[in-house]
Amino acid sequence: MNIGAHYNYWVAIFLMMTGFYVVITHGNLIKKLIGLNLFTTSVFILYISLAKVRGGTAPIIAPGIEVYSNPLPHVLILTAIVVGVATTAVGLALALLIYDRYGTLEEEEIRLKDDSL
Amino acid sequence: METFLAWASTLCISIGVFLGITGAVGIFRLPNFFTRLHAASVTDSGCAFLLLFGLMLQSGFTVPTIKLCFILVFFLISSPTAAHALSKTALRSGAQPTPSPREDR
Amino acid sequence: MELIIDITLLTFLGLTALAINRIDKLFCVIMLSGIYSLLCASLFVTMDAVDVAFTEAAVGTGIATVLLLSTIGATETEQRSAPRRPLFALLVVCATGAILVYGTMDMPAFGDPNAPIHQHVAPRYVQQSQQEVGSDNIVTSILSSYRGFDTLGETVVIFTAGLSVVGLIGFRGMQKFGDRQRAAGITRDEMEQHLVLRIVIKMFIPLILLFALYVQFHGDFGPGGGFQAGVIFASGFIFYTLMFGLDAAMRVVSPRTLSYIAALGVLLYGGVGIATMLMGGNYLDYDVLRHDPLHGQHLGIFLIELGVGTTVFSVMVLIFFAFSSRKGLRQ
Repeated sequence: MNIGAHYNYWVAIFLMMTGFYVVITHGNLIKKLIGLNLFTTSVFILYISLAKVRGGTAPIIAPGIEVYSNPLPHVLILTAIVVGVATTAVGLALALLIYDRYGTLEEEEIRLKDDSL
Repeated sequence: METFLAWASTLCISIGVFLGITGAVGIFRLPNFFTRLHAASVTDSGCAFLLLFGLMLQSGFTVPTIKLCFILVFFLISSPTAAHALSKTALRSGAQPTPSPREDR
Repeated sequence: MELIIDITLLTFLGLTALAINRIDKLFCVIMLSGIYSLLCASLFVTMDAVDVAFTEAAVGTGIATVLLLSTIGATETEQRSAPRRPLFALLVVCATGAILVYGTMDMPAFGDPNAPIHQHVAPRYVQQSQQEVGSDNIVTSILSSYRGFDTLGETVVIFTAGLSVVGLIGFRGMQKFGDRQRAAGITRDEMEQHLVLRIVIKMFIPLILLFALYVQFHGDFGPGGGFQAGVIFASGFIFYTLMFGLDAAMRVVSPRTLSYIAALGVLLYGGVGIATMLMGGNYLDYDVLRHDPLHGQHLGIFLIELGVGTTVFSVMVLIFFAFSSRKGLRQ
């Protein structure tokens, strides 16, 4: 059935778009970073949904099991998760520096205080 | 023996699910922070414990049962500690254990 | 049955995402993002991605939440401005979403075993990885052996992130222990007040570190590996820091030591590649490390997972120390 076939992908896209919306509308830097986190995690859901094989199991070889889910997207997403948290850490460090310099984390107030923008 | 274990685990899991739902409802409906914390720790201690115990009954005497046992002991010690830490911090920050008439949700 | 669990988890994910959008208090938003990561980890388990679920639970729910909380502890806890131009943004977002949904129409059905993704290189990994690499966990064998270069790049990325954070924020006020009382960590009375926490944490930290070592060395046989082990090991240290204070934690392992350990991890990984080249094979070709290709693969995977684990552990603790030594958080 069509809905059951693609439901995972549509929900992943919905979450992606929610994260996107959070990034572009809210002015607070920390909220933006959390929205970015939402975005990246929804992409992970999309990839892992692609890897699933109906009737398969986790890709750890065990006696008596014939069908395994595709392990390649799992590897790619493992890397992506850790890189995502590294990016979030650097982003938060930059947010701390911005707070030290301007005294606020709101984009509008930073724009008002900064002469060059 | 098998059917007894199956029935016992179904009973444990059902009661655990019920406790979880009541804990969640309690977090919304109760008036004060400390009463809500009590509801949340019912979920932590009662629901998680009964679910894990029901799963242990279902898997018999295998290696996953031992792992579940470890997780159970860990949960039993760490969840009440977390609730204790929360309530201690709330008490230090000024929240009152007795609900006053003007208490906001 | 699996479909119901899938649909329920996805619905909760959607509701959590909408709540993250609406709420203003940043503390609640951070807690919700932790819940979101945990729901994603559960979703990954139902979709048979156990390694990924492990990593997402450890990294997304653990480390990201801790770092976000440290940041709002040092800055401010409430979002003050209203969303700007919400209708226009909604329009853009809906248009993009519609285009993406139109793009998914051609995608294979969820769970289809005949999808193109399962036809090319994946069957070779599934069928032959046990003979070629020798480990039961196919994800570990792909991560460490077949796609070892990607993992080397990832380790360098983590190391670079640690360098960046230390370079950007640094460790304030830790160079000189001028104030002796400060250097002693938290005082006796404070420690007695937190009696329950102190005892429970002292009980748990050895178990956490032991579990991290278990995960590190059992990456071949079950879900696990260097990343998860490094993060769990780091969380043991973060636990210690939260209870006994940053000064005591920095005396256990100083930032200088951690920097050396991080560099050592990357060096170990790259060094294994150089060693294989010196023994006659290609870069990161573990077959030549020992007399027998399978033993060589085992040794190679063991060494590089060790390198990955040490780098991830030291970088996570370094980043946490850097965030915790900000003025707003020092007690």
